[in-house]
Order: sequence, then structure tokens, then C-alpha cells
Amino acid sequence: MPLLDIQGLKTHFKTDDGWLHAVDGVDLSVDAGETLGVVGESGCGKSVTAMSVMRLIAMPPGRFAGGQILWQGRDLITLPDEEMRRIRMKEIAIVFQEPMTSLNPVYTIGQQIGEALRLHQGLNRREATERAIEMLKRVHIPTPERRVHDYPHQFSGGMRQRAVLAMALSCSPRLLIADEPTTALDVTIQAQILDLLAELKAEFGMAVMLITHAMGVVAEVAQRVVVMYAGKVVEEATVHELFEHPRHPYTQGLIHSIPRIDTAATRKVRLETIAGSVPKLIEPGEGCRFAPRCKFASAPCSAATPGLRSVAPGHKVACILDFKL
Amino acid sequence: MTMPLLTVNQLVKHFPIRGGLLGRVLDKVHAVDGVSFEVNTGETLGIVGESGCGKSTTGRCVLRLIEPTSGEIWFAGRNVTAMAPDELRTMARDMQIIFQDPYASLNPRMTVAAIIGEALTIHKLTKTLREYTDRIVDLLETVGLSADHLRRYPHEFSGGQRQRVGIARALAVNPKLIVCDEAVSALDVSIQAQVINLLEDLQAQRGLTYIFIAHDLSVVEHISNRVAVMYLGRIVEIASSRDLYTRPQHPYTEALLSAVPIPDPGFKRRRVPLQGDVPSPIHPPSGCHFHTRCPIAKPQCSRESPALKPVAEGHWVACHFRG
Repeated sequence: MPLLDIQGLKTHFKTDDGWLHAVDGVDLSVDAGETLGVVGESGCGKSVTAMSVMRLIAMPPGRFAGGQILWQGRDLITLPDEEMRRIRMKEIAIVFQEPMTSLNPVYTIGQQIGEALRLHQGLNRREATERAIEMLKRVHIPTPERRVHDYPHQFSGGMRQRAVLAMALSCSPRLLIADEPTTALDVTIQAQILDLLAELKAEFGMAVMLITHAMGVVAEVAQRVVVMYAGKVVEEATVHELFEHPRHPYTQGLIHSIPRIDTAATRKVRLETIAGSVPKLIEPGEGCRFAPRCKFASAPCSAATPGLRSVAPGHKVACILDFKL
Repeated sequence: MTMPLLTVNQLVKHFPIRGGLLGRVLDKVHAVDGVSFEVNTGETLGIVGESGCGKSTTGRCVLRLIEPTSGEIWFAGRNVTAMAPDELRTMARDMQIIFQDPYASLNPRMTVAAIIGEALTIHKLTKTLREYTDRIVDLLETVGLSADHLRRYPHEFSGGQRQRVGIARALAVNPKLIVCDEAVSALDVSIQAQVINLLEDLQAQRGLTYIFIAHDLSVVEHISNRVAVMYLGRIVEIASSRDLYTRPQHPYTEALLSAVPIPDPGFKRRRVPLQGDVPSPIHPPSGCHFHTRCPIAKPQCSRESPALKPVAEGHWVACHFRG
């Protein structure tokens, strides 16, 4: 049984123009100990999926319009708030792109890491501080005994992201959701954080759901990948299979539209593009949502929404065409 | 050898930090600390580096959007640094800039026609209303938009379309040089590729010269003929795009390149790890600015600042132990 099993999740938001279908029937699962990459561009619903799992969607304007989020067999959508609070941090933790979203500027780093420990593990103040120092050490913050008393503004961007990771991992969660954790960081700091994430994952034995728009980051970190477009999963495969045999025209477009330094230095090629831009998700009609931008689209594509189907072991694609690269 | 279009010589920009009751200058940020480079007509010079390395300040100093503290900038045989304000305004027709954030650089109360037309009016580039409108439509079509967009406001556009409007505005005055300051960084990958291809097409059609400033090394490599790597206000390496990416010499360039995630799960990397963060540009380290994080630093590095020296044809490195 997967650790997290999302089935047909629909998260919609009320807007002045009608219901916005941000997440519109998403199926994905995360197994214990694996790293699942969730990729897609702005507005594809990847972050809303993560926020739905954590039940951090403001309702209203949001609402769950269908589906299940099974956490070790229990549906999180129908869980009472009190029980959900116990699952957050303790079993599922989340880190965001901008570490200041999760840090309170008027408390010290130590107090903030300690808060969860005191709440969930009943530690007293002194024990919590000791544990916070230990956590800071594990995320490689130099001189943690001193740094534990610092305020967030005294930390650099990379150090803040380390502190947030320390906070997220303080209660040894079984799943860490990392929502664009390195997007705001410089490339050398991004490398440090990705290395750290891999190291912590091995050390704590947790599963990671890594949400990102960067194909390079996914290739480096994930074992399995889910590609999202306009509120739906369009492809799912192991990382090797996805990069070697992408089946969905959107995935192929994504992979070929990024400039690469590993091959480009030897041969300059014109970048492939995906024409047009993402569709509006306010009460969308039937049909494949990628069809208006797809160079292979034909009449049946706009007639019915394609579901995910298996094309190879562990490889699913939501496209009626059957072609290989 | 023809004369370069742009020559930047020992450019320095310090920003004062004021404080206290009297607002005295307490300290200064060494944003750009003696940068020299040349850009030839029709080429793209990429400038890469991490946050705070001074790449954007360099770009803005070239147009004198920021007044340099010292140094010289020569454009097409004229000394930009010595120009009077009215001369500078005429000069602006030859040098334009495209910013990262198309949301912030377009006035939300102006229609697209007014945004693009403003420069035509200021520089008196069109005589009749007919000519004015035709020119704007022509510019919109050049960047892949159409006459239907004339009366629309920036908020009605997607991010990629807004960046196209920004490009059309820059092109309105027929510039020779365009500084692209993180021009594609805020865009989604599929849209980013569209804008990169557009910039390349425009360069081929109009013989434009670009200074392409970005933190994304893959994008810079793709679009540039030559690339300069900056660290804490200085250029540490400058070379042809191909040489820089296949034979990097400076330890910082090596570390930077090895940190770029490669979209190939089978790729085996040898990462050159860098400890810690970039030091503060208020008190940059003595000697070579990179010595505090450098894997090959020796005592000499904290005392003497290395000059850029040639290691191969067109390949310059500022390191005591490389080259």
C-alpha cells in the first residue's frame, strides 16, 4: 500500500468569474521512502495539490469538489481538524519556496524549531533547545549553539532554507513535501540544498514529494516523476523512462524547450517551443487541455478528456495518441 | 579588427550606506569593483553570477541608469560617462534595456499602444498619426503580437506576452544595443524558449548587439557568443561560450557549472562543492574576493588580488594559480 494515495482529487476555488478548477482529478501516489518529482509550469496545480494534502487550502474560497487523499489508508479530506493537526509536522511536513513563509520574524530560529517538538513530543524548553541545536547541526549550520538564538533576518537565504528543513524534519515525518525548495536560491546554494535533501532523506528514511518547475532538478533528485498540466496529471513514469521515452507531447515539449549546458556547448540548436500559453481553468469544458497547444492534436482530442492509461510497466500517459520518440 | 561597439573600462560602482541622525555615509556596498570588457557589434555577451555579484548594476551603469562611481564607458566612439543629460537622452535611442519583471516595468494605466508609442513621441520618430500607428502595429507584429492588442492594458496579457511588449518597446527606437537584464528568468520554460528564440531572430534580422545578464547558466550559454562570470563585483573569467563551458579555468566557474542540474537522469556529475554563502559586498574579502570559498586558495590569495590574464585566445582568467 502506498504511503500517500491521491485519487481523483479536485480542488476548486470560487472566483468572480466562476469556479476555478485548479486541481481537476489528480491521481498520484507516493511510496514509503521514495522521492516523487511533481513537475509542471505555473498554474498547473502542483502546489494546490500539496496544499490540499496538508489541508492548508482556505475554505472558502476553496473547496474539495471530489476525490480522496488516502494517508496510510485514511482519507485526509474527511479527517477532523484535531486529528489533521496531529498528522501535520509529525507525519507529513512541508517546506516552501520562500523560507520566510514558514519563519516568524519575531521568534528565534531555536524557538521555532522547538515549537513543534514541544507541541508534538512534549519536550520542555531546555530539551527543545538542545534538540534544535542538534537539528541545526544535521542541516550543517555552522556553530549551531550560537545560531540557535539568532532571528531569521540574521540568516542568509540558503541558511533559512536549511533552518526550515531542520524545522520540518524535527519530528521525523514519514513524508516531506518540498514545494520549489530551491527556486529562490542561487545555483551553488541550490546544489547544497539538494545534496542536503538527499542526505537527510537517507538518514531519516522518509519519502519526499518534490514539487518543481525545473526538469534538471527532477532528473537529479527524483526516482519517479508525475507531469502536471492545467490541473491534471498528463504523464507518470520512472525518471529514466520519462527522460528517455517521454510519451505525452507536453512532456516532450518541456524536455526539448530547455537549453542544456551538457550538450549545447558542442552543438547549438534552436530551442523547441510549445506554442501559445496555458488555458484558463475557469469551468473548463471537455477535451484534452493541452490540445490547443499540441502539434499532434486532431478532432477526437477536443471531444473527450483522455484518462491516464498504462503504456509500459509503471508508465502512464493521458493522451489518445500512441507514438514513441 | 574592428572597433568594439561598447568598451567598459575599470567600471566601479559603490553604493553609500547612510545612517545615524545626520545620515552620514557609514559604509559602502562594493557592487561593481573594477570591471572591464568589450562588446562587438552583432554579438551577445552573457554576464552570469549569483545574487549580489554586480551583474545587474553593471548593465545599468552601461546605460547610466545608475551613475558609475568611476570608470569609463565608450559606446560607438563616444564617451558615455562624460555625456551631458541631453546628449544622454539622444544616446538612449541606441541603447535600450529589457527588465526581468514585465509586470513591474510596464505602466498598468497605459495601453500597449501608449507604452510602445511613448518612445516614438519622445524621440519624434514619426510625423503623422498614421505613421505612428503603423509603426506600433509593425512592432507588435515583429514580436509576435497583433494589432488586436493595441488598446489592451498590461494586465490583460500573460507573462510571456508582457515580455514581448517590453521587447517591442525597446525596439521602437531602433537601438543598436539591448541590455537584457534577467529578461527570461521569470517565465515558464515553454514560454522562456519562445522569448529566447524571438531574441535570436531579432538579432539575426536587425544585427542587434546584446548584453544578456542572467543567473541561469544554461540559458546564458545557449544565447551568448562570449560569457563573463562575475563574483562579488569583479569579472573572474571571460571567454567564448564554448571555451567557458567546456574548459572552465577559474575555480568559481568550475563550481558554478558543476552545480547546474542537468536534465538527464543518467548524467554522472563531479560536483565541485562550495562551502558557505557569498560574503557581504560591504566588506568583500581581501585579495581575491573568492579566496574564502575557494578549494585551491593559498595564503597569497588573501593578500593579492589577481588580474585578468589571457590563458588562450580570447579566454581570460583572474586567478593566481590557473592559466
